[in-house]
Amino acid sequence: MVEPRLTRVLLRLGSAFTLGFLYLPLLVIGLYAFNGQVVQRWPIEEWSTRWFRVAFENDGVRTALKNSVVVGLAATAIALVLGTLASMAIARYRFFGREVVTFAVILPIALPGIITGLALQATIKDVLGPWGVTFGLGTIVVGHATFAVVVVYNNVLARLRRTAGSLDEASADLGADSWQTFRYVMFPQLRTALLAGGLLAFALSFDEIIVTIFTSGAQQTLPIWMYSTLFRPTELPIVNVVALFVILVSIVPVYIAQRLAGSGGITPTRTKQAATDV
Amino acid sequence: MTSVSIGETPPRQGAGRRLSTFLYRHPRVRLWALLGLPFLWLGLVYIGSLLVLLLSAFWTTDSFTSELIHEFTLDNFRRIIETPVYRDVAVRTISMAAAVTVACAVLAFPLAYYMARITSARTRNLLVVAVLMPLWASYLVKAYAWQVILSGQGVINWFLEPLGLTFDGRSNVGLWLVFTYLWLPYMVLPIYAGLERIPSSLLEASADLGGRSLRTFLRVTLPLVFPAVVAGSIFTFSLTLGDYIAPTLIASDQFIGTVIYREYGTALPIAAAYAMVPIAVIVGYLLVARKLKAFESL
Amino acid sequence: MKGRSDRVARWAALSLLVAALSVVAAGCGGDDDGGSSTAIEGLGSSTEEIAELARGEGEVNLVIWPNYAVLTDEFTAATGCTVNTKDGTSSDDMISLMQTGAYDGGSFSGNATVRMMATGDVAPVDTDLISNYADISEGIKGKDYNSLDGQAYGVPHGRGPNYLMFRTDELPEDTDSWAVIWEDDQLAANKGKISIYDDSIFIADAALYLKATQPDLGIEDPYQLTQEQFDAAVALLKKQAPNVGEYWPGDVVKQIGSFTNGDSTVGTTWPYQFLQLQKANVPVAAIKPKEGTTGWSDTWMVSSGAANPNCMYLWMDHMASPEAQAAVAEGFGEAPVNLKACDLTTNPNHCDDFHADDESWWEDVYYWTTPDETCKDDDDETTCVTQADWKAAWTEIRG
Repeated sequence: MVEPRLTRVLLRLGSAFTLGFLYLPLLVIGLYAFNGQVVQRWPIEEWSTRWFRVAFENDGVRTALKNSVVVGLAATAIALVLGTLASMAIARYRFFGREVVTFAVILPIALPGIITGLALQATIKDVLGPWGVTFGLGTIVVGHATFAVVVVYNNVLARLRRTAGSLDEASADLGADSWQTFRYVMFPQLRTALLAGGLLAFALSFDEIIVTIFTSGAQQTLPIWMYSTLFRPTELPIVNVVALFVILVSIVPVYIAQRLAGSGGITPTRTKQAATDV
Repeated sequence: MTSVSIGETPPRQGAGRRLSTFLYRHPRVRLWALLGLPFLWLGLVYIGSLLVLLLSAFWTTDSFTSELIHEFTLDNFRRIIETPVYRDVAVRTISMAAAVTVACAVLAFPLAYYMARITSARTRNLLVVAVLMPLWASYLVKAYAWQVILSGQGVINWFLEPLGLTFDGRSNVGLWLVFTYLWLPYMVLPIYAGLERIPSSLLEASADLGGRSLRTFLRVTLPLVFPAVVAGSIFTFSLTLGDYIAPTLIASDQFIGTVIYREYGTALPIAAAYAMVPIAVIVGYLLVARKLKAFESL
Repeated sequence: MKGRSDRVARWAALSLLVAALSVVAAGCGGDDDGGSSTAIEGLGSSTEEIAELARGEGEVNLVIWPNYAVLTDEFTAATGCTVNTKDGTSSDDMISLMQTGAYDGGSFSGNATVRMMATGDVAPVDTDLISNYADISEGIKGKDYNSLDGQAYGVPHGRGPNYLMFRTDELPEDTDSWAVIWEDDQLAANKGKISIYDDSIFIADAALYLKATQPDLGIEDPYQLTQEQFDAAVALLKKQAPNVGEYWPGDVVKQIGSFTNGDSTVGTTWPYQFLQLQKANVPVAAIKPKEGTTGWSDTWMVSSGAANPNCMYLWMDHMASPEAQAAVAEGFGEAPVNLKACDLTTNPNHCDDFHADDESWWEDVYYWTTPDETCKDDDDETTCVTQADWKAAWTEIRG
């Protein structure tokens, strides 16, 4: 390690501060899940677990949760397919307009959600509406898939950049056809990148609110349900309970995914990089 | 590397094999097979709808019923340019986005550096999970929690009261804190990835050549990690630029997102015209970022 | 080889652009909408048929003001229609939601109903098919905000005023005038603690104050303003803006929170927030000031493209029933329009407290409506500022 002691101590302090900053509001959410009153006062005057029962009995949140999972899975599935195809094309081929495509692909995730949402809504309402297209879970999936594709694309592209195309050629030399090459050579290399990209895409879709507001009809995903419930003073405390529930439930899958993705997961490791990048 | 059984060789004349051979011999067709579907999606669905939005900016609405009228006019753009409030709001939003980006970078860097270069592999995994977890707490709930924290009788003022200080959280300063908080993980992860990519050998070489740690940091580490910082900044900047939910909850000033949100329902052309502003800003930002090689660090 | 594939690529890119543009051009196609249809597809022609068809529909999707949908469990049990609601934040928001075509109807104020009747987004209502309609006060029926060309377009819901609310521990208890949020000295005293409704319709409240304090402007109807009157109102609002601590965008929770925590001490509000704050023992008072106030008289209307019109009709009938009227009048804090509800309210004096039967009290309550270029009068010479200009001005006022 190159860094001197003082630097390390300072870094440790800085990291602790940042982590504390990240988790303090989550702590507040957790505390308010046990707030006995309807109004969110500080300090909390009454403690109670009654909102847990109310949340459990609430039908709306169950439907919304189911919708969110369905939409997330659908959008992630589409994203995995389209994102992989696109990144394979960009990574392994040179063609006219490649620069433009690499730029355009980033747009869905770089442009603010309100722009994407507004554009999609205007199109669905004014252009597709007369042809019978209505706002529903399908339109939500379309909106989510659009930015999910970019997330998967990024992850797979980063991985493809680090794997040599020569392996595919070697596989062909040895007599494999394209499908076998994909199945036995490419896919194992991409597997963890797909997992990381898919997980991130699902997470983004699960918590997406702005594009969803513009592309949804009467159905609610979990964020839409939360948004509408946060407007209702007598039901607001349920949202804290639901949020706490989602946080706790997702700790394990995220940890497992990170371990599996591990080297080359969400982020690449040093050793693999050293060879190819710098 | 474990030995991989390639399974049975498929029959020489099988349909799959013939298709595969055809594709192999015609790389262009292969390219279009790969690119066709995503291209269609991106082009038709996404770019197409952006074009519809652009087109709506040239339409108008009935002055009474607010119905959309498909008549070409430049009035919307004229209004955006001539009325000072739109310029003020744009400047305010861009400044906020810049301030948030800087704050995020400052807060993220120590943590990312610590995770990338100081900790052991096991702690590193835990820390990555720790940074990812807040992303799973709903954006809305976090913003509402901040409403409580920033309120006149909220958490922050509760701590400041014994010191005789007050903090007006329901202001743009409070909003700046909230935005920084919300987008922080999006900045930590790319910087962490960027720092991880730097081989230790480079830093050791710099030390061997007599560079003290600050010098190494400024001359070697920082330039290498800069593209990653720019990559992270794309998110913090663009997420702040278009957000309307947090400003509505926390502050009372208008921002680009709140103006667009107010107008889009019954005055879509104005909203669409104004939406061109953040699009232009982001596209410009992306072009600069690409020059700085940030795209590889996304 | 490269030249040919370049050409192919260019041709493909061009065709994609053309495809995208044709998608756009499809949107430029003529408006085939417009013109109200008196018959909604799928609606039964008798109350029995409606009840039967409703069971087949199974749900009704509504756009409502907060807490307007009451006794939904009883309704679902009786009719088989599940109730899904979406809270609107303003009339503009509600119009926009209705235009998505995803809702069967909702509760709308005058500044939404007038526009939607004109565009045909809502359909006339056959009042014979709504049994509780007969019990609704005659004085509310056939108004310009719930009927067009003599046809009823909806079922009246209830009416109420926009209150001036203030914390009694910060402002004097005998406060009785809007001056506390308009006059210079009051603005300075309450700087940063004022809470104002964030919608262009609030310009009418400024006009209302000017009607009382600057009679030489000649303002009669705060919604129909000449350019000069409008400019005066806008100037007043721009003077107020720097002192406003919070513009609440139809988000009642935000306002309740700010009054609870003392971040706001005075402002405009709906009775709902006032009731909630009272329940939480926050020291507030809400009044109709001596200058009068703006208010709303809301109507349930059905979308002309409703997917579940039968459930919607049953819902409108349900909301006009004495039980529902009593529940929502007490829950939101408004005056019911079916006076049979007055016997059912938990507070026996509710109807008196809310002046349900006292028309003279409502004389200085100006219901929300849409500004009209013609000024809605017989004088062809004066023109008034349009709805579009009201909306444009609000963004400028907010700064």
